[in-house]
Amino acid sequence: MTVLAYGVDVGSTTCKAVAVDASGRRVAHRVEPTDPRIEPQVDRVLRSLREETGADGPVGATGYGRKRVPAGRALTEITCHARGAFAATRRGGVLVDMGGQDTKVIRIGPAGDVIDFAMNDKCAAGTGRFLEIILGRLRVPYEEVAEQVGRATRSVPVSSTCTVFAESEVISLVAGGEPLEGILKGLHQALASRVAALARGTAGGGDLFMSGGVALNAAMVGALRDALGRPVQVLPDPQLVGAIGAALSVLPGAA
Amino acid sequence: MILRRAQYELAGRVVGPFLASLDGWKRRKRSPSGTSRTSPFGPPLESVRKLKEIMTAHFFQARYADGAVPVAWVTSGFPVELLRPLGFHTVYPENHAAMCGVQRLVPGLSDAVEAQGYSRDLCSYARADLGSVITGRTPVGRMPRPDLLACCTNICQTVLYWYKALADHFRVPLVIVDTPYVYGKAEPHHVQYVRDQLEELVRVAEKVSGRRAEPEALAEVARKAKEGTDLWAECLATGMSRPAPWTGIDGFFHMAPIVALRGTDVCNSYYRMLRDELRDRAARGIGGLREERYRLLWDNLPIWFAVREVATLLAERGFNFVCTSYTNAWAEAGARIDPRDLIASAADSYTHIILNQDLPNRLGILRRLSRDYQVDGAVLHSDRSCKPYSIGQVDLKDRLASELGIRVLLLEADHSDPRAWSKEQADNRLTAFMEGFA
Repeated sequence: MTVLAYGVDVGSTTCKAVAVDASGRRVAHRVEPTDPRIEPQVDRVLRSLREETGADGPVGATGYGRKRVPAGRALTEITCHARGAFAATRRGGVLVDMGGQDTKVIRIGPAGDVIDFAMNDKCAAGTGRFLEIILGRLRVPYEEVAEQVGRATRSVPVSSTCTVFAESEVISLVAGGEPLEGILKGLHQALASRVAALARGTAGGGDLFMSGGVALNAAMVGALRDALGRPVQVLPDPQLVGAIGAALSVLPGAA
Repeated sequence: MILRRAQYELAGRVVGPFLASLDGWKRRKRSPSGTSRTSPFGPPLESVRKLKEIMTAHFFQARYADGAVPVAWVTSGFPVELLRPLGFHTVYPENHAAMCGVQRLVPGLSDAVEAQGYSRDLCSYARADLGSVITGRTPVGRMPRPDLLACCTNICQTVLYWYKALADHFRVPLVIVDTPYVYGKAEPHHVQYVRDQLEELVRVAEKVSGRRAEPEALAEVARKAKEGTDLWAECLATGMSRPAPWTGIDGFFHMAPIVALRGTDVCNSYYRMLRDELRDRAARGIGGLREERYRLLWDNLPIWFAVREVATLLAERGFNFVCTSYTNAWAEAGARIDPRDLIASAADSYTHIILNQDLPNRLGILRRLSRDYQVDGAVLHSDRSCKPYSIGQVDLKDRLASELGIRVLLLEADHSDPRAWSKEQADNRLTAFMEGFA
């Protein structure tokens, strides 16, 4: 295996690491919940990847913990997600990256450069954390969300976009006897409307792509498609896009 | 009264400058080299010492002003030229609040105000000032009690209620100058309306001060204010050189005299000195940064408590704010002042303050600055505390980016309340913005 570079994306919720070969293709990866002790975790994850691939190589780092990655070239998630997405699509467009702590809308130019971006500000509404908190309160496992939302015969509107207020709103809806599936659907719609507003402020033409851990939730993808009224293409292995972009940024000759 | 007056003069002319030089001496002793070898900034400006001396003396003198001379508390956009000939010592609560912001005192002051029922969503300058009035806490030792409150709505509507609260507290006369918002160009009857109010202001101020505003004295102050404004404009214009001889961040601090001492000899001689130093640096190729790679425009007030932090993050990668719409505002306000008719020209001038103008006019100013200073990008500070300055920035961003082909970032913060600041998120946005230039 000719591994030439590693990428680590230390996010607020999960830590992702990939190894790529000379062509930029992913050959190995790891995903685990982010540990508050970042350095030992990154060290362990990279060691295990190197053992699997049997090769050494430079490390690109991104995510909130990027500065804690030893000997890594640190770049923001904006740049890395754009690079990872462009590597997968080879064309420009609008990328929505929904992670644990941030939701970003990135406009990518035809050559893969970042033209503009927007992020949610100082508020967890519209992020993966929002879903995580409310699903935890409703005791709905993440893997079952899409199926439950699909079963909903109607949507129960959740008006609040603030995570804290939405949580208490959801509790009163449950107490009021509203169906769980309907509440889940309403939640996804509320979240999607917030992301859609951010996307419309930044959007340009071109295709709409999605990356980040939340893109694994089909219900969210559907809600976003409905809110924006245009197709949403989920990138392959959406959770790893940032880590791949980080690896590509240190891949010799790729810059 | 005579004793108070002597104390006041002594404070301003002798003790204040002495304290400032003592402070400067202590600082130099602590860091003899000026800047460290790892600093991304160029050598510090020599004029800084004089600036500190002037401002320390000004605030020190203020402690002894009440009882000695008439004292007026005024808003930053107030035609202060009309008060100077009457011998007022003018105090700028906004200027004071900015100092509270730099020293991160605002959360504590705000708590006192919030406990009285004021909302945290109020402007942090208003909260800092009212908090300081309630608690007596101030970084300048003591603020003199006002005899007159003078407020002009050309910067925002908040000042109207803020000064009403001050008037209620101090039980002194409040003069409000209401400036109609400018759509396109001010109509003659708008300017006439402001002019009528300024004439009334002079009558009230004469009554409070017990002096008469002589036409020659008014003309003299007008001449000085106009000259000071022009000198400030010349200082800012040196930023057009490559590299810019200073940073926009320097400008935020060096603007203090044009705000607080406009229309005085002290102000003008200071800016003559600063201008000469900046021109000399520009001629010798000495920059505000050691290495200027990209030039940026800053829109809105500074983030006072993080101003150095933000500038350093950018400077480390060679990004310099070579112009700011905020410091530029004081290079334009007095430009329309005409010493032959101060009142009429002040009415026209103060109606056309940037914050009193519609979005197309504001876009015009940003466009002009971007072109004149040849910027590669712009950071628009979306200031939680300053709604009039922040509204419309999404459109301004889009227009600047599409018309001028520059990169533009919207950065959410507050001018003086650090509770509205998230360092990690701000760093992330600024870093991503800079990565886009590579």
